[in-house]
Amino acid sequence: MAEAMIDVQNLTKDYGTYLALRDVSFEVQKGEVLGFLGPNGAGKTTTMRILTGYMPPSGGTARVAGYDVFADSMEVRKRIGYLPETVPLYPEMSVWDYLDFTARLRGVSNRDDAIERAMDLTNIADRADTLIGKLSKGYRQRVGLAQAIVHEPEVLILDEPTIGLDPKQIIEVRHLIKSLAGEHTVILSTHILPEVSQVCSRVLIINQGKIVAEDAPDRLSARVRGAEHIYLQVAQPKPEIPTELEKLKGVLGVKTKEPGTYEIETNLGADHRAEIAAMAVQRGWGVLELRPVGLSLEEIFLELTTEEDSSPAKDDADEEESEEA
Amino acid sequence: MRNVWTITWRELNSYFVSPIAYIVSAAFLLISGVLFSLILTSTMDASLNGTFSNITFILILIAPILTMKLLAEEQRMGTLELLLTSPVHDWQVVVGKFLGSLILFAVMLLAPTLLYVVLLAAFGTPDYGPIISSYLGVLLLGGAFLSIGVLASSLTQNQVVAGFLGIVILLLMWIADALSRIVGGGAVGDALTYLAITQHYNDFLSGVIATQNVIYPLSVIVVSLFIATQVLQTRRWR
Repeated sequence: MAEAMIDVQNLTKDYGTYLALRDVSFEVQKGEVLGFLGPNGAGKTTTMRILTGYMPPSGGTARVAGYDVFADSMEVRKRIGYLPETVPLYPEMSVWDYLDFTARLRGVSNRDDAIERAMDLTNIADRADTLIGKLSKGYRQRVGLAQAIVHEPEVLILDEPTIGLDPKQIIEVRHLIKSLAGEHTVILSTHILPEVSQVCSRVLIINQGKIVAEDAPDRLSARVRGAEHIYLQVAQPKPEIPTELEKLKGVLGVKTKEPGTYEIETNLGADHRAEIAAMAVQRGWGVLELRPVGLSLEEIFLELTTEEDSSPAKDDADEEESEEA
Repeated sequence: MRNVWTITWRELNSYFVSPIAYIVSAAFLLISGVLFSLILTSTMDASLNGTFSNITFILILIAPILTMKLLAEEQRMGTLELLLTSPVHDWQVVVGKFLGSLILFAVMLLAPTLLYVVLLAAFGTPDYGPIISSYLGVLLLGGAFLSIGVLASSLTQNQVVAGFLGIVILLLMWIADALSRIVGGGAVGDALTYLAITQHYNDFLSGVIATQNVIYPLSVIVVSLFIATQVLQTRRWR
């Protein structure tokens, strides 16, 4: 495998006695869009600030495009476009002057073209001469985004990029981020859960400074539960149905929800719906409905970030992480 | 150097779209103009000595007002995060901002006072030596004051606090001369004399350019900007 674009190993950050990050490790491949999910204060912004060279880590290493974020900070900064949580804007400047300033800072050679490109992509070309202080929140957010992409960075780090936008703009920005993936490697943080499943190829859930889960959004659901779940509803409920189903290979357990509906737990990573359907037809149960059950991201999120040690999901997630903290 | 100039250029543009540059410039020219005409009519002496020796105190009050927003506002607005994550060194940010305020000072405050020299030349025969050295002296003095203002601005997110802090530091340096006379000789007295701003400045007004008087304001500038850079860097650790 090629060297990861972003390589974070055992990253730790403390603010005095408060541990903001505990032993965080992850990799992002070139062209990937990684979503950071977590409650406020989980360590998302801290991780991003370390990656962008704004603050040094207390321990561990982080490399971007092969350069250490602390030792080779300047090389890293040249390759990163960063949209901080508070959009860094100068209200007294016009949009064009501001983008010109940020392009100069990054040493962009053909600034006029770069600025026009960034303004087109973020849909702000009609406000080039407007003072930033007079712009609406949605425009400001997009000016911030334009600033982050004006120098065509290899890596984009976006802290809550869609905050303050109206639904139409949110969709536009998501499209923009998706279109940037491939060429660019993107890390974005958000607390809007559907956003993650729409935009990101991989999700990292952080809670209290630790990674509690990491996977593709659709696979997280199964991961969190530790098994695939299938919902079955039949027309002729019979008492022997659960035991019959459990005889099938790969079926771990069957729960009767109410007469005629069952939740079947099966092996992770396999689809047993065909076998179940075949059996149901053969025995004449009369299948009304058969579908896989996925946890919504909201459920996963709450599952992972709520302190409930009894939940099986938590145990599964913790296998990835040492629990010494 | 290109990075420094980028910062300086933005800072100058920002000065000229805010009223502060014009207000400070107008106030400075009004006060120095009144001083100039009063001193000229009473002494009938074709020199800037009297005017420039009184400028010190005006600059103590004005320089920190020019610099108070430079770093404090960036910290408050979150734009410092943009600067510190751009491929720019921290010292380049500090020096760029300082140069912005110094250029503003030279163009908006000092350059218009050349009119006084024109008036002196029109109606008398001024000695140009002391006038040239006075301008060098006031530029160095202004630079030292502005650098202390930049340092004050790095310490807080609040512009008003930054401005007040700058004025307090400059006032302390201003009265160091008087303190040194109270303390008398000895190491402490000598140190206070060296720190006293007016001691170094007054020689320029009488036409003397002494090496140590040039080195003093330059070292104040270097030390202040160095500390301001360190303060920015410690912000990263918090």
